[in-house]
Amino acid sequence: MISKRIIPCLDVRDGKLTKGIKFKGNVDIGDPVEVAREYYEQGADEIVFYDITASSEGRNIMIDVVKRVAQTIFIPFSVGGGIRNVEDMRRVIMAGAEKVSVNSAAVDDPSIITEGARAFGSQCIVLGMDVKKVKVSEKIPSGYEIVIHGGRKYTGIDALWWAKEAQSLGAGEICLNSIDADGTQEGYELNLTSLISDNVQIPVIASGGAGKPKDLADVLTKGRADAALIASMVHYRTYTITEIKQYLKEHEIKTRMLW
Amino acid sequence: MIVIIDYGMGNLFSIQSALHYLGAQSIISSDPHRINNADKLILPGVGSFYKAMSNLKATNLDEVVKEPVIKKNTPILGICLGMQLLCSSSTEDGFSYGLGLIDCPVERFSENKFVNLKIPHVGFDTVTITKKNKLFDGLDSRADFYFTHSYRMAYTDQLYVTGTCSHGEQFIAAFAKEHICGTQFHPEKSQTNGLVLLKNFIEKF
Repeated sequence: MISKRIIPCLDVRDGKLTKGIKFKGNVDIGDPVEVAREYYEQGADEIVFYDITASSEGRNIMIDVVKRVAQTIFIPFSVGGGIRNVEDMRRVIMAGAEKVSVNSAAVDDPSIITEGARAFGSQCIVLGMDVKKVKVSEKIPSGYEIVIHGGRKYTGIDALWWAKEAQSLGAGEICLNSIDADGTQEGYELNLTSLISDNVQIPVIASGGAGKPKDLADVLTKGRADAALIASMVHYRTYTITEIKQYLKEHEIKTRMLW
Repeated sequence: MIVIIDYGMGNLFSIQSALHYLGAQSIISSDPHRINNADKLILPGVGSFYKAMSNLKATNLDEVVKEPVIKKNTPILGICLGMQLLCSSSTEDGFSYGLGLIDCPVERFSENKFVNLKIPHVGFDTVTITKKNKLFDGLDSRADFYFTHSYRMAYTDQLYVTGTCSHGEQFIAAFAKEHICGTQFHPEKSQTNGLVLLKNFIEKF
């Protein structure tokens, strides 16, 4: 049986982590490659880099970061943020990333999913979805709406419809982020996660709200997610990935154990 | 020199990085002369079988790759789609013939209407080593590797099968027919287990 995946997410701007991450001895580390290595050694199954760089100069720095990551860790990693076309995808894939994630670019022009899948295979294309709970309406029958630009802009697109559409367009995975739960550290949005996961065949990575190991256990069982994205709970060193996996093992959830 | 065969599909840098980490020299190339004179070949690949075979045939690389493997017994390791390309055929994007070095068809995972089986099969899964082979030297009889695929070689009791995995059904995770090896998983993305396997291919084949 496939293992559930634990995936730390790192935000990068101009080649540096947006927040320094404190490791042993409270040393502040701003280098995404060093932090990726630390999580790799702890047993992360994949790593997500989210590039929030605005300038093209910063983007070139990101390509160097991707190359250094590929030389340092030997697990899959993906790069998202600012991917607007197949050429952007090609640059990060050729630099060593396994996967690229597209979010608002796919809302603006869904053909980027199909073109990306045709060029690199579906397994390369992750659809990132930012979702907010709204009132059930004719337009939004699931009660979950797709938002873009960090949750500031409502699109009028139903999240469940979009997940199925992205699958049929050729997305290989969905990274499902609840804007409502994001940053709360009070647990993932379980209803949303199970709704999407039950209605698509491609794997779903749950994102937003993780604060403690039990939150991961819940989303991987009740939420029926295939993988769980984590950020603050490991960045602030509240938990290590090893500890999280140990907790999941005690609760009979299969993950890859390094030891 | 190990040649990583470049036919315009996928992420070759990761494989080269892993080989470099292990201290092995490699080049990424589609040059027939280099391929013919390689100590070892790695056939990587992600994406569609049909497109991969079209790319290989368009530049005659299908014949170029087969020649040293058949005539000089040059060891070859196919990874993921590269493993599938060593087989006889696949139904991905319509039927197409493969390189035919292993007599086995590749088909999509069988769907099971009673279970919401996720396809692609993505993530770390446990490979059961069914037959002792130097490719797996130093690994436990059950070891985790990283997979990402929607098509697979269905399990058979053929002697070349060295490792199996299960995703709704049993399938072939690794084979070794003398010097012709394949892994459905990505050793270059499977942390220590994968690096051990690659080291075995570098040193023992």
